[in-house]
Amino acid sequence: MQEFAQQTLSGIASGSLFAILALAIVLIYRSTSVLNFAQGEMAMFTTFIAWSLMTRMDFWLAFALAILVSAAIGAALERLVLRPVENAPVLNSVIVTLGLFTIFNGLALWIWGAQPKGFGPFSVFKGDPICSADVCIGRLNVGILVVSFIVMTLLYILFQRTRLGLAMRATAENRLASQLVGIPIGNMLTLGWALSAGVGAVAGVLVAQSVSLTTSSLFSILLYAFAAAVLGGLNSPPGAIVGGIIIGVAKNWAATYVPSAVGNVDLTLAFAMIVIVLMIRPTGLFGRPPARRV
Amino acid sequence: MLSLRDVHASYGPVLALRGVSIEVPAKGIVAVLGANGAGKTSTLRAVSGLLRLSHGSIEVDGRRIDRMAPEKIVQLGVSQVPEGRQIFSEMTVLENLQLGAFTRRDGNSVRDDVERVFGYFPVLGERRRQQAGLLSGGEQQMLSIGRALMARPRLLLLDEPSLGLAPLLVREIFEIVKAINAAEGLTILLVEQDAKAALGIAQRGYVLETGRVVLEDSAARLTENEAVRRSYLGY
Repeated sequence: MQEFAQQTLSGIASGSLFAILALAIVLIYRSTSVLNFAQGEMAMFTTFIAWSLMTRMDFWLAFALAILVSAAIGAALERLVLRPVENAPVLNSVIVTLGLFTIFNGLALWIWGAQPKGFGPFSVFKGDPICSADVCIGRLNVGILVVSFIVMTLLYILFQRTRLGLAMRATAENRLASQLVGIPIGNMLTLGWALSAGVGAVAGVLVAQSVSLTTSSLFSILLYAFAAAVLGGLNSPPGAIVGGIIIGVAKNWAATYVPSAVGNVDLTLAFAMIVIVLMIRPTGLFGRPPARRV
Repeated sequence: MLSLRDVHASYGPVLALRGVSIEVPAKGIVAVLGANGAGKTSTLRAVSGLLRLSHGSIEVDGRRIDRMAPEKIVQLGVSQVPEGRQIFSEMTVLENLQLGAFTRRDGNSVRDDVERVFGYFPVLGERRRQQAGLLSGGEQQMLSIGRALMARPRLLLLDEPSLGLAPLLVREIFEIVKAINAAEGLTILLVEQDAKAALGIAQRGYVLETGRVVLEDSAARLTENEAVRRSYLGY
């Protein structure tokens, strides 16, 4: 029982990381119908930037700066790279984001080299685990949970409580109508990419706290994040969060209770779940089918 | 107030407008009639900045708008109720109206204007928290008009408000449009296939055929016109 609670709790923490990256994917997908395969590599790239900054300044300041830099990169990508293929067939944007994937990977390798970068010296999540009864939670996991909660709350406030968020949702839902009520939709799309890249950077920096940062650090996380986004419904931000947590928990359970002779069981199980959910609900748990025109 | 002069425009290689000139006087209601594909919707798209001109000009109060971005044109006081309503179906009625006021910065009077729209369309007020996609066709048309009014336009462009609605409902909506025109001095450019309903509230009418104006006259004389009667009024 104690182990079960333990595994569930840390599953929720790692699931939050999938959830944040899945949110980044969903934010772009639902406003532009682009699946950004480069999401993980963009996050990895800005995590390297965060690492470089942390050698010079305080953790939180470097974290915040890295998010801003990431957002700026996201905005620039939308303007310069994605906009020209905006009205082209979907396959074009797929190829473009796959291209960005390899570009960011190569660029990071070129700038920072193949030597793994540890965040250990800068980590603010050091110290003994926090325990209650027999169940303990590491400080990093507490940090991940708190930061994830803050990110999600801020996004919720933005989309549900502000004029700007309303306009971004409108742009995602109906571009023609948005133009006709006077929303500058180009700016909204740019902002969507900036926001998504910023959110992705949060995931990257948090992931790198427990693993050494290399150019491939975020690849498996990206797979889980995509799985989470599809599971929750690619156009539903709450779905991304729920999907991420389900996958995080299921992954931990599988790793704990399935005999280790079965290799990579956690990844297999995560994707088996997705296949089953999509067979029953093709739009994911929370996704809506595309709106019908009346 | 609105003048289109020799407007040409095309979608890629397909010519949509081949020399359209229309004058809409301030506070007037002008109807544009024509069959499917005559260029009615393209004309409104051009005014709203969604379709670029290859030739000609569009002016609002003497100011050229044909190279402006769509949001700038809304800011100048030109709102459109598009064909097929195009409401935000996943949002509530209230959110749709708030989005209509996107270009405005005066929060308090926006709230007053929401009530004003509910005054014209009481059924929207009863359903303010409902998801807009669940409204009936007529209610969605009312919402689309209400949303356009929220921008406090000086010129309202209406694209086929009668589309898919029962005749009685069409008459009701046209009566409300006329009442808004009378009460607020709102200038209206109305594009319609239902020529009878449109000429019933308009002072002037234009007939479009394959991207050109083929006839222009007062609404009364167009109603009497033999060709119009045969083609659009059906008697």
